[in-house]
Amino acid sequence: MKKNRVGMVSVGMTKFNRRAKETAKELCYYSSKMALDNAGLTRKDIDGVIVGSAPDAFDGVHQKHEYLTDGSGGMNLPSTRGYVGGGTGVFSPIQGWYQIASGMFDTILVTTEEKMSTVQPSAQAAFLTIFDNLIERPLGPNLIWIFALEMQRYMKKHNIPKEHIASVSVKNKLNAIDHPANMLGRKHTLEEVLEAEIMADPVRLLDVSPVADGSVSFVMMSEKKIKENGISYDDVAWVDGVGWNVDTTLWNNRDLYYPKYVEKAAKQAYHMAGLKDDEINPTSLRKWLDFAEPYDPFNYKELHHLEGLQLFEKGGAPKAAFEGITARDGDFPVTPSGGLLGVGNPIAAAAGMKTAELFFQLTGSAGKRQVELNENPRGLAQAWGDLMQVGTVLIMKGGRVE
Amino acid sequence: MNERVAIIGIGIEGFRSQIRELSYKEMVYNAAVKAYNDADDLDPRTEVDTFISCEEDLNMGVSITDEYAPDQLGAAQRTVHTITDDGITGIAAGYMQIKTGLFDVAVIEAQSRNSDILTHNNIQNFALDPLETRNFNVNYHFTAGLEKRAYMNDTKITEEMIAEVTVRNHKNALKNPYAAFGSNIDKEHVLSTEMICDPIREIEIAKPVDGAIVIVIAAEKVVKEKNVNPIWINGITYATNSPNFGTRNWNEAEYAKICSRKLYELNNITNPLNEIDIYEIDNTYSYKEFQHLEGLGIYEKGESGKKLLNDEYANINPSGGVLGMGNAHEANGLQRVSEIVEQLRGEAGRRQINGVEKGLAFSWRGLPTTSGAMMMMGVE
Repeated sequence: MKKNRVGMVSVGMTKFNRRAKETAKELCYYSSKMALDNAGLTRKDIDGVIVGSAPDAFDGVHQKHEYLTDGSGGMNLPSTRGYVGGGTGVFSPIQGWYQIASGMFDTILVTTEEKMSTVQPSAQAAFLTIFDNLIERPLGPNLIWIFALEMQRYMKKHNIPKEHIASVSVKNKLNAIDHPANMLGRKHTLEEVLEAEIMADPVRLLDVSPVADGSVSFVMMSEKKIKENGISYDDVAWVDGVGWNVDTTLWNNRDLYYPKYVEKAAKQAYHMAGLKDDEINPTSLRKWLDFAEPYDPFNYKELHHLEGLQLFEKGGAPKAAFEGITARDGDFPVTPSGGLLGVGNPIAAAAGMKTAELFFQLTGSAGKRQVELNENPRGLAQAWGDLMQVGTVLIMKGGRVE
Repeated sequence: MNERVAIIGIGIEGFRSQIRELSYKEMVYNAAVKAYNDADDLDPRTEVDTFISCEEDLNMGVSITDEYAPDQLGAAQRTVHTITDDGITGIAAGYMQIKTGLFDVAVIEAQSRNSDILTHNNIQNFALDPLETRNFNVNYHFTAGLEKRAYMNDTKITEEMIAEVTVRNHKNALKNPYAAFGSNIDKEHVLSTEMICDPIREIEIAKPVDGAIVIVIAAEKVVKEKNVNPIWINGITYATNSPNFGTRNWNEAEYAKICSRKLYELNNITNPLNEIDIYEIDNTYSYKEFQHLEGLGIYEKGESGKKLLNDEYANINPSGGVLGMGNAHEANGLQRVSEIVEQLRGEAGRRQINGVEKGLAFSWRGLPTTSGAMMMMGVE
């Protein structure tokens, strides 16, 4: 089915931190300039720009795409902003794929950015405005207790001990030590995670990823342009499959133990990558893929998503994590980057960082974080957002096989 | 890959100053039902591959507005995303997805719920740079005043000429059942009305409206299978000039120039006036109609006014434009497109222009932006 091949040829990234002194525009500028420099390109070589950023309320800017245009290199170019809440960071490169695969563009500069620190004292205040203004907002919900509900339901359904879930925090924060952009990379014991300050039962402080500022950019190119520019296929990560799916707004009507929308998005991506229905099962998929970067704003979400992605049986991911199967040197490395829990969670940029990890790993440039790759290396990044509602999935393939 | 893409269904709900009997979801639902029916009873649950909604958080009064997009389109647990840009940019997203060869049918939705917004100026102020321009705390029409002044100085276009644009569009809107602001006025009336931000009069500003438009586009193979009246997309593009007041081009619509240069080049068009029969051009402010026509290369710079006074004006804005139909934010582009579709199909009723085969729609995102989107359509 795939007709035009699209590759990612470079990445630029700012450090993730709690309060960036730079404006949102400047963060975009740093990462997009770095991505262009790394590809040896200038703005003249770019046909179009994509900006990815989550709610306008964080930056306190209306029409945020327009505001970020100059920082992301989009002046006097076709520039657009696709948007699926927290899923945006993986969706923006998907948008880059379809723009290039359509034949209308050859080189696209994608920037995913978030500056949450402008919301004082806490970004949670802005999150209140994502809820239905008639039914839910009067209850004053915040994300921590919404996820407490989901986590509780997930644990109850599969009878999951908290230790299994907590092991994800230990793993990701440890992995993050080797990520140069990391905010919270450190060694934690399981006990520290289990006994961290309680926020909304059963969610504790170390179960949650930190609010952050940051920006990540990519340069994506058509195969024709990659050849023209003389870029070695070894230095390219190719788009192999994409999928995105949004469930109903009425999140309170669904059983929160399983993300059906992630399953649908994943199947769309697997089908695009050429897999048949009978090949979409945990055993085959874990052989077919070398590693995965599922969205981990909370530790249980990584497990939840691994099941939605069909990489583990329903209820099977927590035990696997606890047993070390998903460690960076385990049988199936999950979140070798350190994820949102370790590197940080500037919403759109966080999932951008996950996509960037596919690029680093597949081009063999992940340094200490490098996982072992087989002959046909493939990685999967996934993000999630809205009202526990959207799944975005991107599968990339290493260039050395081309 | 090289399969052509056509518009096969449109559905419009509105436009009126206030649609009190419907919620925003019901507005979109109504427009979607009409669009699916227009597209030969398309089933959104099985026959649509991708959905795109065009909306902005602050206009809708919720963060992450795409949360609220799927249900009323029949798109729950389907491939949906939001584009926070004009509706035509949304069509471009659907068009490109179809062009990848992996999708066949796309649905694009845009809406405006202006009657829920108490203070447009405060919302629009949030679109200004928080460190620089926002602190001026000026009404955004003031910026339009600066631009209109610069344009008039630069081109010798007069107040009288611009007043004729206001008159013409309000009169055209009288024949358009979707238009909110049809009225039979004359130049003297326009020039006697209140000045809001000199030289901008209240009557030359498009007023906010409620309404929704849903458009269905499809690949050629689907078009052939269905009993529809297709209008083909013969080119689509969008561009942004500069978000900063200090670095943008104030005299011309630079974004229109960038869009049209690219599109004409792709379609080998050297003289658009000879090759396009009908135009729907953004006129959120009356002077913008001239400025956009000139940016698009339809008339030479400063010539639009004379063309209008001398009765040599092309078939421009039979719908009444944004001035006549009302300002529906992201749906403005879809207003322009749906008018061209009805005209090219010969379904435009009292405002039908006979013998039109090729149309151009151009939309602008309004102040303080410099973003435009453009689309060419034809019966072939």
